[in-house]
Amino acid sequence: MSSIAQLLEQAEAAVDSAQDLEQLDRVRVEFLGRKGAFTVRLRELGALPPEERPAAGQAINEAKQALVRSIETRRAALDAARIDAELAAQTIDVTLPGRGQPPGQLHPVTRTLRRMVGILRQAGFEVHTGPEVEDDFHNFTALNIPENHPARAMHDTFYLESGLLLRTHTSPVQIRSMLAHGAPIRIIVPGRVYRCDSDLTHTPMFTQIEGLAVDRDISFANLKSLLYEFVSSFFERDAKLRFRPSYFPFTEPSAEVDVLSESGDWLEILGCGMVHPNVLRNCGVDPARFSGYAFGMGVDRLAMLRYGVKDLRSFFDNDTRFLRQFA
Amino acid sequence: MRVNVQWLRDWVDLETDAQTLADELTTAGLEVDAVLPVAGPLDGVVASRIVELGAHPQADRLSVCVVDDGEARHEVVCGAPNAAVGLTVPYARVGTRLPGGQLVEAAEFRGVMSDGMLCSGRELELSDDASGLMVLDAQAPPGTPLADWLALDDAVLDIDLTPNRGDCFSVIGVAREIAAFGKREMHAPVLEPVPPRIDATFSVELENASACPRFAGRVIRGLETGGRSPDWMQERLRRAGLRPIHPVVDVTNYVMLELGQPLHAYRLDKLSGRIIVRSAKSGEPLTLLDGNEVELDEGTLVIADESGAIGLAGIMGGAGTGVDENTEHVFLESAFFAPEAIIGRARRHGLQTDASTRFERGVDPSGQERAIERATELLVAICGGEAGPVSVAESVPDVPKPAPVRLRRRRLEMLLGMELEPAAVEAALRRLEMDPRRNDDGWSVRPPPFRFDIAIEEDLVEEVGRMVGYDNVPARPGASPTRLGTATEKHVDADAVSDLLVARGYSEVITYSFIDELTQQEVDPEGGTVRLANPIASDMNVMRSTLWPGLLDVAARNMARQQPGQRVFEIGARFAEAADGIRETATVAGLALGRHWPEHWDLDARDVDFFDVKADVEALLKLTRLNAQFRIEADRNPALHPGQSARITSQHRTVGWLGSLHPGLQQRFELRKRAILFSLELDALLDADVPVSRGISKFPAVRRDIAVVVDEDLAVQSLVELVRANAGASLESMVVFDLYRGEGIGENRKSIGMGLILRDKSRTLTDGDADRTVQSVARSLEQEFGARIRTQQTDTGS
Repeated sequence: MSSIAQLLEQAEAAVDSAQDLEQLDRVRVEFLGRKGAFTVRLRELGALPPEERPAAGQAINEAKQALVRSIETRRAALDAARIDAELAAQTIDVTLPGRGQPPGQLHPVTRTLRRMVGILRQAGFEVHTGPEVEDDFHNFTALNIPENHPARAMHDTFYLESGLLLRTHTSPVQIRSMLAHGAPIRIIVPGRVYRCDSDLTHTPMFTQIEGLAVDRDISFANLKSLLYEFVSSFFERDAKLRFRPSYFPFTEPSAEVDVLSESGDWLEILGCGMVHPNVLRNCGVDPARFSGYAFGMGVDRLAMLRYGVKDLRSFFDNDTRFLRQFA
Repeated sequence: MRVNVQWLRDWVDLETDAQTLADELTTAGLEVDAVLPVAGPLDGVVASRIVELGAHPQADRLSVCVVDDGEARHEVVCGAPNAAVGLTVPYARVGTRLPGGQLVEAAEFRGVMSDGMLCSGRELELSDDASGLMVLDAQAPPGTPLADWLALDDAVLDIDLTPNRGDCFSVIGVAREIAAFGKREMHAPVLEPVPPRIDATFSVELENASACPRFAGRVIRGLETGGRSPDWMQERLRRAGLRPIHPVVDVTNYVMLELGQPLHAYRLDKLSGRIIVRSAKSGEPLTLLDGNEVELDEGTLVIADESGAIGLAGIMGGAGTGVDENTEHVFLESAFFAPEAIIGRARRHGLQTDASTRFERGVDPSGQERAIERATELLVAICGGEAGPVSVAESVPDVPKPAPVRLRRRRLEMLLGMELEPAAVEAALRRLEMDPRRNDDGWSVRPPPFRFDIAIEEDLVEEVGRMVGYDNVPARPGASPTRLGTATEKHVDADAVSDLLVARGYSEVITYSFIDELTQQEVDPEGGTVRLANPIASDMNVMRSTLWPGLLDVAARNMARQQPGQRVFEIGARFAEAADGIRETATVAGLALGRHWPEHWDLDARDVDFFDVKADVEALLKLTRLNAQFRIEADRNPALHPGQSARITSQHRTVGWLGSLHPGLQQRFELRKRAILFSLELDALLDADVPVSRGISKFPAVRRDIAVVVDEDLAVQSLVELVRANAGASLESMVVFDLYRGEGIGENRKSIGMGLILRDKSRTLTDGDADRTVQSVARSLEQEFGARIRTQQTDTGS
């Protein structure tokens, strides 16, 4: 019996020392193959007295099974090591930069405008647009700014040689939309506007967004509520607003609105008011039945405040290094 | 408008400091742009009298003055030509630091010690005048600190008045607002009429009485000449931004600033016959006070005498009858001109004067006598003289009388969105000198004559709101709208266009809609010219007919900033003349130039080319899901390389261009790399197809590859279209997978490899089916284009 135990010991030592599957297979053949040591011992059982055969047979079979298990275990270990080695050879440096085209970015004014439109759409405003080349009627007269009105001097207007003009505000779209759709109406109008003015704080072209809500019983209190909600949402904080009486020919009462900055200064951000009855009348809307509010904001200005842009003109320089800051 | 706080205190009880007052006015709607000090620090500068004056022994242009500063006499070297014994002038003691930072030290000037310094207005930063010593009133006691004598403990409010508040272009107007808004008492200085001492009058005829319904006039004779206005008046003028000139002009300006009533003084002995206020004759000439010669038209109101026009009414007087420091006899005008008669007239002659600013917006039609009395009082006090009686030419029916305006309580409360006690409304209106009379549903309100901006109910709503305080109006959400717009998929949102380009590496830019005409002609010679009448710069003088110049300009500037690769796009309008005005075309345009990929360890360094950008354009077209209706075909464009230029059409309409920049323009824009450009009408992308799901075939696809040799100038698209047309319904998709030129296929020939993916909805295609399809395709290619079939390959793919 001890020789079986010795044989198993010897076989298992050979299994353990097998370094690859080929060697392992050779060990298997050496001990378990047709001419293998255990096979030979089994064959030799017949030479034993019959009463000893079952015990001896069982011992050999048990040793054989133990060896098979050892071989399987060793095979699994060698397999795993082989796969590990193969995979190790396929190792890449995952910290190398990825391959492909990196995205560009929206202009900060567009980025700002989209947020503004997004917020106001939640309040049920629909986006309308209109032409940038306008006539006197839509840009001025219908907005209660008759010829020679001093308010026209506030708008440094660009004229075309034909006598048409570049809209000085997005308000002409109020007129076009009310003439086309009447009341009630609830629109916002984003777009480029033009003023013949250029210095540190003015560019001859800028982006404005206009809002107009006309319906029954619309009040200044409603306007205040909307603007408070809007500004708070835009700046992502509970905004402090200051409404100052002002003058626009197309609204009465009129107000300019300042927001309290985090550094404690009042910053003017928009003009607004209740739509002047003459404007409603000019659009075929009866001011006895409908009232409304309107507001207008410089998108560039809000972009400056939101993103800390110091120089308005950098919006039009289109310096890649500036634009990439908004990626 | 600039107004100083001290002057306001003459008119209204005012304990508030300047900054608080400024905030209050801003909240009341009179926006204060700035609160300015009236002078720099002047410690050590005192009034002094020149008691002796001698020549400097070494220098002709210097003199040696002995001045009395109330404490002692000082010898001071002085270079001012106006130094004279008896003159009272500012003296800076040794050790004084002047507002400009200069330290006054005892110093030697060519051998003579100067113990301090006599100062000009400019040295004290009290005026621009550096021509000589600043002269003070003779009464100024030597030794009085200049800051005390001139009452420099004051502040100037720079108010940005809105055009509706012409009544606030005066001390009295601002004081009224302060009183009304802050519930303070007005205490207007008592104005005693100056009794006439002579009988002289000058006749005034109102020929155009609707334009000038009131004209108060007064003759003043025997003014002492050569005098100067007192320091206090000069200071108030200076703080308002006006330069003191001589007493007659100073007084008219002073009264205008104080009461808002512009005045004009004529030299009495230059007036001929009588004054006639009339419309100008067409072509009538007039030389104005500022020396300008203008030619008048019939829409302009003039003051005339029997010799012709002598002034632009309400704007500026004429040179011929103007007063100067030697004028002894004057005729004062204090008139009311209707705003409509003045509006726009000044601008027509390139003028904007303090008078026109006020008359355009409206001057109190009841204030002419008061102003002329005030002016007489001041003038006689300064220059002596004898005043005649005030004579008023008036056309009573033409004088504007404020009409009562209805204010309904319900409307007031509805528009503001708050409830208001009637007593509070009335109190607010009374503070504004309005006269509310209660009636059934509210009030009838008569505005005061100085308010030209109260004509309708809403104007009163604003006034009540202003007095209540806009900040006290509650914020109340309005009723939520219940109508929702359509979230349509039948349009491609412009946002989707920009998002796609951004994802593909493009940066959005915004460039001006007006560009240089010459550049535009070079890039788009057929685009027409929409010229600006008043461009802000000569190189921004036409509305762009193409977005490319703006993008090229951006590219050139960024290239100069060493950016190796660029992809930029813009969305905006192009402009062109059209039969009914200007046609605006919303356009998306893009430019790519330089390195295609960013610099990278495993990407090649090649430059971007036509086909890179074509893929971007195709991706844009695909947004519509109707991309099959677009065609991209070779065609020439003046801005593009003749061999690398394509027209994009949609149903035979040109909707865009794609190509490499023409080498000539590349040089013109100083680009070191070839730019690839595209431009697409946004409208062409707007029509989109809503997806409809069709189910997926469960049968396998068969792929057949075919390579054909054709002439070099045959467009691959023609092959593709022919294959599509002849492959039958089983053609699921096809690809162009190979392009070969060179050995084995002949000169000016190319070989195109195309893969056809065939699949049927209802059965598995057999090899026979696929062969038949390929044969039919091959036959049509041979017949149509003389194509030689090079190879056919069978691959039954998955």
